[in-house]
Amino acid sequence: MNQNEWPLWEVFIRAKQGLSHKHVGSLHAADYQMAIENARDVYTRRMEGVSIWVVESNNLYANEPNEQDALFEPATDKIYRHPTFYVLPEELNHM
Amino acid sequence: MEINLEDIFQNKIDNEVKIEPRDWMPEKYRKTLIRQISQHAHSEIVGMLPEGNWITRAPNLRRKVALLAKVQDEAGHGLYLYSAAETLGMTRDEMYNELHTGKAKYSSIFNYPTLSWADMGAIGWLVDGAAIMNQVPLCRTSYGPYARAMVRVCKEESFHQRQGYEIMMSLCNGTPEQKTMAQDALNRWWWPSIMMFGPNDDNSPNSAQSMKWKIKRFSNDELRQKFIDVTIPQAELLGLTVPDKDLKWNEARGHYDFGIINWDEFNNVVAGNGPCNKQRLKARVDAWNNGEWVRDAANAYAQKRKNRVKSGQQAA
Ligand SMILES: [Fe+2]
Ligand SMILES: [Fe+2]
Repeated sequence: MNQNEWPLWEVFIRAKQGLSHKHVGSLHAADYQMAIENARDVYTRRMEGVSIWVVESNNLYANEPNEQDALFEPATDKIYRHPTFYVLPEELNHM
Repeated sequence: MEINLEDIFQNKIDNEVKIEPRDWMPEKYRKTLIRQISQHAHSEIVGMLPEGNWITRAPNLRRKVALLAKVQDEAGHGLYLYSAAETLGMTRDEMYNELHTGKAKYSSIFNYPTLSWADMGAIGWLVDGAAIMNQVPLCRTSYGPYARAMVRVCKEESFHQRQGYEIMMSLCNGTPEQKTMAQDALNRWWWPSIMMFGPNDDNSPNSAQSMKWKIKRFSNDELRQKFIDVTIPQAELLGLTVPDKDLKWNEARGHYDFGIINWDEFNNVVAGNGPCNKQRLKARVDAWNNGEWVRDAANAYAQKRKNRVKSGQQAA
């Protein structure tokens, strides 16, 4: 039944100049041009964006949710990566 | 130490941590969400039909562009919601198929006919009003993609209700015939709008589980009461009378009391026997079937371009 379904695309929109593109949702389209045109109609009817990226969903790779700890846990004990770890004299303002 | 996935899941919910598509979730949670989100999407899409009926007959250009924009928004709402449901593993075509074969339901309100221009006012005011009441708490629902879709939807809904109320105001400040039209529309749309919140709590078996999973945050009856409480003063401002002789303010409760809902009518419409069920479904099925050649042509064109790029690369 689904062999004719148009592929799924992820849509990213830059809300205004100076901001990065942000994921807003997805849609179906036969090709990238149609995906951009559809994204314009579906996700920017009220000036929500000035630039659109579309990526075919099956070209997007992500980490496994169950790797969460292995990937992100080690960062929690590396407090020396934060400025407050370093003890400096009070007189030294604004460093 | 044994890790119970279900406990971890419920723990996240209790701590207001959103569930995202690839996180572990109970099968029943997934199924409940697929059913709810896809039905919600179908309602947005079928909901375009009763109003689409009046676009070409809007009384002036201002009303026409507003109605057109509203109906286009509803298409957008359907699309946000379908894509949220797809993150749970059901394909778009499967969802369409369930709608077209009558397996999936949509909000029964859209099975009533739109008989006069005043119905555009009553729908915006009451039907979108009731939808907003339902949808605002869904912006905090526990499933991330659903919550994010609802934030977009809610931002757009308030214009829908305001344009509807404005139509009602114009009619109520117009000729006696126009005011009669407005009253007639209220008479026909009031009870179906009240029914939009679904069965009474003691008759809504899945509600408790949905509340525990924070898919829902308020019960059907709580939302219905809230809707009635805010809507009655709006009707009074228009100088219209809600068609319920039992309706009266209850000082002790701090709420309006209201009459008994005709659930037989509701169940009958849900079962497919409302005034427009067949017409609505046929419109959707026809749109799908008549669009087949467009979908195929777009696929063929995309494939042709892909092949052209490939052979270009080989030559180089
Ligand atoms: Fe909507
Ligand atoms: Fe709406």
